[in-house]
Amino acid sequence: MSEQFEPILVGFTCNWCSYRAADLAGTARVKYPPNIRLVRLMCSGRLDPAFVIKAFAEGADGVLITGCHPGECHYLEQNYKALRRYLLLRRTLEQMGVEPERLKLVWASAAEGVKLAHEISTMVEEVRALGPLDWPRWWNENGFHAVVEEQAQEVTA
Amino acid sequence: MSTNGKPKFAMYWAASCGGCEIAVLNTGEKILDVDANFEVVFWPVAMDAKYKDVEAMPDGSILLTLFNGGIRNQENEEIAHLLRRKSQILVAFGSCACEGCIPGLANLSSTEQIFKAVYDSVTSENAQNYRPQFHTTMPEGDIHIPKFYPVLRTLDQVVDVDYYLPGCPPESHQIAAVIDLVIQVLNGQASLPLKGAVIGAGQSTVCDDCPRQRNVKTIKAFRRIHEVEELDPELCLLEQGIPCNGPATRNGCGALCPKAGAQCIGCYGPANGVVDYGARLISAFASVIDSNDPEEIEQILDQIPDPAGQFYRFNLAGSLLRAGKPAWKQ
Ligand code: SF4
Ligand code: SF4
Ligand code: FES
Repeated sequence: MSEQFEPILVGFTCNWCSYRAADLAGTARVKYPPNIRLVRLMCSGRLDPAFVIKAFAEGADGVLITGCHPGECHYLEQNYKALRRYLLLRRTLEQMGVEPERLKLVWASAAEGVKLAHEISTMVEEVRALGPLDWPRWWNENGFHAVVEEQAQEVTA
Repeated sequence: MSTNGKPKFAMYWAASCGGCEIAVLNTGEKILDVDANFEVVFWPVAMDAKYKDVEAMPDGSILLTLFNGGIRNQENEEIAHLLRRKSQILVAFGSCACEGCIPGLANLSSTEQIFKAVYDSVTSENAQNYRPQFHTTMPEGDIHIPKFYPVLRTLDQVVDVDYYLPGCPPESHQIAAVIDLVIQVLNGQASLPLKGAVIGAGQSTVCDDCPRQRNVKTIKAFRRIHEVEELDPELCLLEQGIPCNGPATRNGCGALCPKAGAQCIGCYGPANGVVDYGARLISAFASVIDSNDPEEIEQILDQIPDPAGQFYRFNLAGSLLRAGKPAWKQ
């Protein structure tokens, strides 16, 4: 009997737009799945690609990056920088076997609570369909040899 | 420290190319200082010795072991544990031991893909499609060869490491400086650095040692060096569209490559404070691109055809993700 897989998403939000959008969704009682853990940054430009890679390495099944709409960043052009980082990061991760659907960039203004909730719900379903990424399993303390053995069994079985 | 005679020295190679050993020999007459101050007890490339000789030594009896190479198979792992037990100071020597280096790039491929490349390529004659058997039963008895692991690991992912000496290979003058330091420590003239320190390298980035000028110029295209008609001899290579890894790479080589007109490919590994080497480069490369238009950015990025290889050439096994998923989910 298999339970439904509940993906874990990490969402990086901008203090001036998407974080407020998520807040607005909350006050307006717009529902979105509890699978996402939101982290507030001052701006999408603060998003170091290492945050995303660390999230995947430590067990996230998907990462959502959000920021102010183009032209509306409070620090001028930082969301464009986030866009360039995201596009390059997605290519790199794809080569490492992380499906592009697991990393998304969405623009959401402070007024777009409904839109953000919708984007989150869609992404949760897409990642659910992909299944678990399960990165840390391979690297747990003493996990290495357990996994090697397990694979050897699968091969011979 | 050994009481009778000189302190003991060992050097070992695991999954590596042999370049680190050459770099040690390249220290020239410094090698005589090693001989004058140490008793070399184990060094497969230079002298005959058996693993069982090492096993017979008391634990902690080797003062200094330089360990180069990554941990690719069972033998590498066993010797890493053995030398850890026998050594007071274990140094991850060179990029392979520190961060996986070129052998670590195989962490993007499954074991089957690796075996295919080795045993079924145009350069191998293998009509019977032989594959290594880790365990074979013969009339005379069982034969084992070391198991091949699904990924390569760095030395410190397998045993406790005291110091890191980066570089592919480490520059000989840096090795000589470390040998001098150890001899000074032996003579009570210096003390050892803090455990976990990076030795024989700088504390900042290749860019800091690079004489090229950075003008915060942005670019519309990445180009490979042979595609550039005339390289500006003074300007930063990255600002000329040449994918240079200097911004994330530890200094210590003296910025050899950009000085000679070639991009840094990152052989000294991550600089101080870099959490993930590739992530730092992704930020740096994203900053020089002169476009805010998704389509145009994608076109520019097409000119980096192998981003994982560009950003993790030496560092994949040591990076936060350590390997691509194909290596695991076979
Ligand atoms: S990016 Fe390369 S060329 Fe530019 S300053 Fe750094 S090391 Fe020198
Ligand atoms: S410039 Fe970069 S690639 Fe060249 S030797 Fe130095 S660290 Fe290695
Ligand atoms: S302030 Fe919101 S993305 Fe920069």
